[in-house]
Amino acid sequence: MTLPATRAPEISTEDRPPSAVDLAIETVGLTKRFGGRAAVDGLQLEVPRGSVYGFLGPNGSGKTTTIRMLLGLVEPTSGTRSLLGCRVPSESATVLPRVGALVEGPAFHPYLSGRRNLARLDAADLWSDPRTASRRIDAALDRVGLLAAATKHYRAYSLGMRQRLAIAGTVLAHRDLLVLDEPTNGLDPQGTREVRHLVESLAHDGATVFISSHLLSEVEQICTHLGVMSDGRLVAQGPTQELRSRGERTVRVTTPQPTEAAEVLRGLGVSGVEVGAGEVHGTPGATEPEVIVAALVHADVRVRGFAVMTPSLEDLFVDLTGEGFDVSG
Amino acid sequence: MSVAERLSRPTRKRGRVVSTRLLRSEIGLIAGRRRNQMGLLVLAALPIVLAIAVKVSNRTAGGGPDFLDSVTSNGLFVSLAALTVEMGLFLPLAIAMLAGDAVAGEANLGTLRYLLTVPVRRTRLLVVKYASLCFGALWGVTVVAVVGAAIGIALFGTGPLTTLSGSQLPFGAASGRLVLVVLYCSAGIAALGAVGLFISTLTEQPIAATIALTIFTILSWILDGVPQLDWLHPWLIVDQWLAFADLLRDPPFWDNILRGLSVDAGYAVVFWLLAWARLAGKDITS
Repeated sequence: MTLPATRAPEISTEDRPPSAVDLAIETVGLTKRFGGRAAVDGLQLEVPRGSVYGFLGPNGSGKTTTIRMLLGLVEPTSGTRSLLGCRVPSESATVLPRVGALVEGPAFHPYLSGRRNLARLDAADLWSDPRTASRRIDAALDRVGLLAAATKHYRAYSLGMRQRLAIAGTVLAHRDLLVLDEPTNGLDPQGTREVRHLVESLAHDGATVFISSHLLSEVEQICTHLGVMSDGRLVAQGPTQELRSRGERTVRVTTPQPTEAAEVLRGLGVSGVEVGAGEVHGTPGATEPEVIVAALVHADVRVRGFAVMTPSLEDLFVDLTGEGFDVSG
Repeated sequence: MSVAERLSRPTRKRGRVVSTRLLRSEIGLIAGRRRNQMGLLVLAALPIVLAIAVKVSNRTAGGGPDFLDSVTSNGLFVSLAALTVEMGLFLPLAIAMLAGDAVAGEANLGTLRYLLTVPVRRTRLLVVKYASLCFGALWGVTVVAVVGAAIGIALFGTGPLTTLSGSQLPFGAASGRLVLVVLYCSAGIAALGAVGLFISTLTEQPIAATIALTIFTILSWILDGVPQLDWLHPWLIVDQWLAFADLLRDPPFWDNILRGLSVDAGYAVVFWLLAWARLAGKDITS
């Protein structure tokens, strides 16, 4: 099953045509080939401003290459990308200071302390104010719970502390957009929860958060929008609610008279009716569940149980990516 | 609004055009790294060893390096003798280590991608990196010269300096000549730094860049020593490095010095541009 990538309705309605101003991230036909193989193929990302956008896909599906292209680290083979309405890379110098980025894990100088590593990043930023540097650095460290370890050498940090320091680096200054590549990698459940709270608080401040993950369960609760990558292509995109309701409901009737029950279901236009031992499955489509129950009772079919099942997002993504969230070749 | 949020509000409408913060951070990084401090100690140890050896042996003639014979008459000659020795390998090796760290080291750590997304434009990054290498070159040469002068003066005093032309310079003028020598040697090492910067953009392994630049230096010295290749000699970066002796003539003999400086400038410009051409369009996948 392959569903076409959909556009988020609030940005593609007819009275308000899609324009870069409404989108925090927009890519058109973004493609990157390494050798002959397309790592990213014709990507049309549309990340609305103010959204928390979950960028999902198995490892190796092209998420990090996409993020590197968004940030101007990697030049696409074809296509364009813009952040906050500014073209990358031509307007990178003015837009990237407003973007906090975590790309493919933390990376710092091992023999500098956490605080001095952040000071170095801040020193590199032509937009940051040196007079407030030390206060901003301490505030960022405090925000990720690293203030107590601020003077320790980075090499002495655990994986979780390193990840936190990288997140602190993304909030050193005011950001309108955060691009977080696998921010919960290496964190324990408590750390994962803290990152979730941090993302929520950043979104609450008005920032757009673009967060990639290969684990749906980690981002599902906080994302207003989702995009799903599979093998370099965006196979679904839209508001989380819309995607959630996209999966087709099925009904299950538990009954000692499966043949008769199947008869009734077929009569109501339920498709894909399967008769099993003591139960019947079907896809009701537009037929409401209460109508089915009434019809069964009316036809004197003895019903022991009746269930309407909505597929989880997880099921949907396993369908979309074909292989679940495993490494793709 | 929390304190953190208030602090993180933008305080500037637009970025500065020029700031020395990154360069200062870069120099702090170089100066603070333990390995570099150890390297500096090794550079500083050589003039001390030379001076003590001469003092102990108390010979006034012999087949040692240039200037060694003159050491006993004026302590400043310890600096010159040490520079003669260290320009051969130690100082090039020192700049090779710094150059390896410059781009390849950042790529290896992954910090390059974070610097570029701050953002630091690639051209600006190379300007700052090269400026820090020039600083490192000046620093290394100065340490050798200053330590040499200090131990030399302590052991042999500050008598007048007999120039290579036979005339004598008072101590003040001789010190001025030593400053010129330091600047000239630094220019040569800084030019080599540009070659190192270029090599550093080719790899993600800092040690590979260091080794490559060291090989480049040794090869240059070897070729410079082959008489059959004399047509090539004017183009070799090391060819005029030891011409700093001409600054100790009275008056200084400028021809070779100027030729050396123009070769240095040529290497610096060409290899900085090559580094830029390499890095500007490169996909950063480290």
